[in-house]
Amino acid sequence: MRIIAPLLCGLIFGAGLLISGMVQPAKVLAFLDIFGAWDPSLAVVMAAALAVSAPGFRLADRSARPWFAGQYFQPGKSGVDLPLLAGAALFGIGWGLVGLCPGPALESLATLSPGIIGFVAAMACGVMAHDVWQQRRLTAQRDRPLVSVTDG
Amino acid sequence: MANFTPVSAAIGGALIGLSAVLLMLSTGRVAGISGIFAGLLNWRGEDKRWCIAFLGGLILAPILAGLIGYGMAQPRLSSNWAVIVVAGLLVGFGTRLGGGCTSGHGICGIARLSPRSVTATIVFMATAIITVAVTHHMLGG
Repeated sequence: MRIIAPLLCGLIFGAGLLISGMVQPAKVLAFLDIFGAWDPSLAVVMAAALAVSAPGFRLADRSARPWFAGQYFQPGKSGVDLPLLAGAALFGIGWGLVGLCPGPALESLATLSPGIIGFVAAMACGVMAHDVWQQRRLTAQRDRPLVSVTDG
Repeated sequence: MANFTPVSAAIGGALIGLSAVLLMLSTGRVAGISGIFAGLLNWRGEDKRWCIAFLGGLILAPILAGLIGYGMAQPRLSSNWAVIVVAGLLVGFGTRLGGGCTSGHGICGIARLSPRSVTATIVFMATAIITVAVTHHMLGG
């Protein structure tokens, strides 16, 4: 179940992106293009997702532990800091350039589109560049805590 | 608003929310795609199997949909390879530095009313909107 449950969740997530049309970069860019022919669909996707996930997470809060794991893995960081702001700003620029964020990009690998494969390879390089950079910083200042912890 | 599709957006969004809730209830993990992807790439990472399973399901979805006649259209992307590569680098580095993307911050984090996630979502929405405004309207692309 520890493998089947995340596999099914990935399938449901993928179905949601497909049905909502968010796998299509053009649809995402049409939402971000508020000065053009604006398409508010992405806002509806987020609102519907939140309408389900907000009460659903409350439910999870009330159970002591997950069905198939020993504990919940909640993000540990709180408080807004510079890495959060800078990281979100850079991500937004990349997202706005082509209309792809990680979920739709990875799902679209199924189409074997060369552009998607190139994007995902570049994205992997970006992730690894960040991790190598943080690792260097950590070795340079061994006493200080690691700055970036993934929220989600 | 000629292309507004509220019904399919609401159904798809609800499924995304359901997936995030089921992943939390079953495995205790946050359905943040950038975090899952980074977990896969991190050579020191503890448990990669659930990351592989989730991303496997994500990629399998359009293949299964194709088998029942709802195949995914080939995504139309910028034809400029430099733009694609720069965008990919920014998305990878930025989501890692900021600790999440549209799913982790935008859906899971906001659902928990995390101040970090609310802030991150406002910031990436703002820079994405500005980027589109500049590239589509000022540079004429």
